[in-house]
Amino acid sequence: MQRYRRYGEMLIETAIRAVAFLSITVIALIFLFIGREALGVFSAAESSIHAESSDIAAEVYNPEESSESTPAPTAAEQTPQETAPSSLWANLLGSTWQPVSRQPKYGILPLVVGTLKIALIAVALAAPLAILAALYTAFFAPKWMQELIKPVVELLAGFPSVVIGFFCLMVVASAVQEALGTTYRLNALVGGIGVAIAILPVIFTISEDTFAALPRRLWEAGLALGARPWEVAFRIMLPAAIPGVFAAVLLGLGRAVGETMIVLMASGNAPLLSWSVLAPARTLSATIGAEMGEVVWGSLHYHVLFLLGFLLFVATLTLNAAAELWVRRRLLQRFRGMSS
Amino acid sequence: MSARAQHGFAPGGVEKRLIGAVAVSVTLIAALCIVGLSIGLLGHFTLAGLPHVTWEFLTQPPRNNNTEGGIFPAIYGTVLLVLLMSILGVPIGTITALYLSEYAREDSPFARAVRFAVNTLAGIPSIVFGLFGLGFFVQFVGKGMDRMLGHEQIVWGKPALIWAAATLAVLTLPVVIVSVEEALRSVPRLLREAALAVGATRWQMIRRVVLPHALPGILTGSILAVSRGAGEVAPILFVGVVYSLPELPKGITSQFMELGYHLFVLSTQSPDVEATKPLQYATTVVLLLLTFALNLTAILIRSRIRHIQRVS
Amino acid sequence: MAPALEPKIRTFELNVYYGYKHALQDVTVDIYANRVTAFIGPSGCGKSTFLRALNRMNDLIPSARTTGRVEIDGINIYDPSVDVVEVRRRVGMVFQQSVVFPKSIYENVAFGLRLNGRIPKAELDELVEYSLRRAALWEEVKDRLHHSALELSGGQQQRLCIARAIAVNPEILLMDEPCSALDPISTAKIEELIDELKSQYTIVIVTHNMQQAARVSDYTGFFYLGRLIEYNRTRELFTNPQRKETEDYITGRFG
Repeated sequence: MQRYRRYGEMLIETAIRAVAFLSITVIALIFLFIGREALGVFSAAESSIHAESSDIAAEVYNPEESSESTPAPTAAEQTPQETAPSSLWANLLGSTWQPVSRQPKYGILPLVVGTLKIALIAVALAAPLAILAALYTAFFAPKWMQELIKPVVELLAGFPSVVIGFFCLMVVASAVQEALGTTYRLNALVGGIGVAIAILPVIFTISEDTFAALPRRLWEAGLALGARPWEVAFRIMLPAAIPGVFAAVLLGLGRAVGETMIVLMASGNAPLLSWSVLAPARTLSATIGAEMGEVVWGSLHYHVLFLLGFLLFVATLTLNAAAELWVRRRLLQRFRGMSS
Repeated sequence: MSARAQHGFAPGGVEKRLIGAVAVSVTLIAALCIVGLSIGLLGHFTLAGLPHVTWEFLTQPPRNNNTEGGIFPAIYGTVLLVLLMSILGVPIGTITALYLSEYAREDSPFARAVRFAVNTLAGIPSIVFGLFGLGFFVQFVGKGMDRMLGHEQIVWGKPALIWAAATLAVLTLPVVIVSVEEALRSVPRLLREAALAVGATRWQMIRRVVLPHALPGILTGSILAVSRGAGEVAPILFVGVVYSLPELPKGITSQFMELGYHLFVLSTQSPDVEATKPLQYATTVVLLLLTFALNLTAILIRSRIRHIQRVS
Repeated sequence: MAPALEPKIRTFELNVYYGYKHALQDVTVDIYANRVTAFIGPSGCGKSTFLRALNRMNDLIPSARTTGRVEIDGINIYDPSVDVVEVRRRVGMVFQQSVVFPKSIYENVAFGLRLNGRIPKAELDELVEYSLRRAALWEEVKDRLHHSALELSGGQQQRLCIARAIAVNPEILLMDEPCSALDPISTAKIEELIDELKSQYTIVIVTHNMQQAARVSDYTGFFYLGRLIEYNRTRELFTNPQRKETEDYITGRFG
């Protein structure tokens, strides 16, 4: 009986471990499959260049097309076979994203710029607001106010991004245009505001958690020295929580970089290589979202979109790992001497 | 000098107090901004959309190329998607959480790897999950199944409800794991020890003591994950969602309509965006009702549990 | 003993309630300037509550309510016209667990000074050095003033807290079991320090360690169940206690 029961226990534990292993498997699979499809860029590029080389003659006679092409692809056109890999690189690192044309251009630079631009706008808007609000909630708010703010922030976090995108499309875009008289109704700023709304709850929640987790003794010691509450909050508690706040901002940045629906709906989607805040912009994620549905499976375009996905994956992974490992460790170090 | 100032404990510099008042006000304003934004969003959509949510809208299929009629197929598709997603994701998430809270030793490499995987998963952008769903579920698993089952036609190897649900299940996995783990950890140690002390094995303790005690928390976590999944559009963009369907999905390999995607297409890609504005707002309200009904349930259950735990 | 004993702090019928709990009952006592006064008693007897009433730290506990008077130099610090911040500037406090701020050693000491507005760097340096010297810490830290204060040992951290408290030049120093988390050598250093500081400050110390009270204090009060049972010169109280509870406690019959 007892033996039997022990075997049963072991079996259950093994099964549970096996299921837990799934999470690791999933990560590995994501890495593997997206990486594999992204690497397909190189084999697909070769075959497509072979296929396209016959079109080149025709294209040279098309003045509109040739005037648009950048020097690098032009060089590639002349000797396609020999320079295939380098022309692919030149194409990928080029400044034009024009996948649906007779001479497709996959320059990711405008997309990277668009992604960074919108993410930075979003963080610049959301981080100060969220951190200040978290300071208020953790240190100045009366109890009833705390109990109001936290669920309301959860409510905000619950808005699906497609709804925030819709809101930007309908309300924010008009408001921004009215206020600033912009040429384009949808632009990087409108998208950035939308993404800021989406990442406010992340930054707020993690900052507030960090503040609340600071030793209460710090607060008392500050007051005992004759500091006023705001002085303790801004001069002791905030500096003490900086690593955690920094982690919150990094995680918010990660979310902003990966956000898709809002930018797809509200940022104008033009792949311009411009740092202007009021110009339309297109991000990596929005490009995947807009174009993946219509590509031919296995085409160069398909693989390039996976490459964009892989870039996003690596970028957010790096940001999260930075937030997780480096910052948490610093926070721990800071308080090791205190947790006696 | 006033009489008060003479005793030496009188309030000091006016300037300092002013700076203090400004500093506190700034934080208060920031908090009010967030609260206002949240409530403003909700109010805006309720006011603009609720009047258009009619019985007909909820129960009829779209007519006239999605410019009239209702959104019943999208509601149906969303509910189906969310249910299927929960069936696929919640058990796996719960068991993983069970491992992390009951079996894992914090310092073991395996436990750390699982934890790292869960954290990483939580940070991956949703659009990347969409790519994964396409590359892995549709192209690899689906096509592979067709090949193995010897189908002449493509049955599994195309975008479909099941693959969209599977993709969302993977996306919401970390949400389930984290909140269920929190629920499991909140079971008092004394209770566990009491069970072990009367000779229960570990699994018996989990099944008879831990799981029943943590059940509301597990429910909350699952509901939160489900509501998160219900609002996601990016991951399902290329794994089965479509803008219009002649009939309701017949099985798990059918394509389907979904509320969020419906809103997206209505508001950005339909030929006459102005004309369908009421439809767009009404769709938003239905989507919000669905996610917030789920969210609110979860928040209420959770605050109740936390309250009970604080008291006991 | 000096003939002119001036009371620095006088309490009249001081009562503190935590919700329904009557934590401190009718405490009336004079605490003399430039003396070390110790309060002893079993844990939960109200001695820490009493100490926290002297710089209004109990205000931070939402359920706490205080009645009666605490006069410092004849002014009731619970009077509505009194600014609690001014009280805390003039009444420094050192806690049981050293609470250093996660900043450099220098910044810890300078923190209170900076609160009063901009001070020239040279003057600030001087004040920091002076405070650290007063706290007998200067020699140990002078080469690493800008290192994190968390690198210091427990005893050094506690002396840093004392330096930080005296940097703002208070008149009274409250010490809430300042040595209970320290090793004997660090304890001895702090006790020595207390003895040196009393020429300049009025020191009130709460301790559960009777030997410590006997070693460092001039006056001792014994708290029991929220009441001040007995208050006298330290030597008197330990050699010739007037009340049975005091005697039982100091002879180790309970506590």
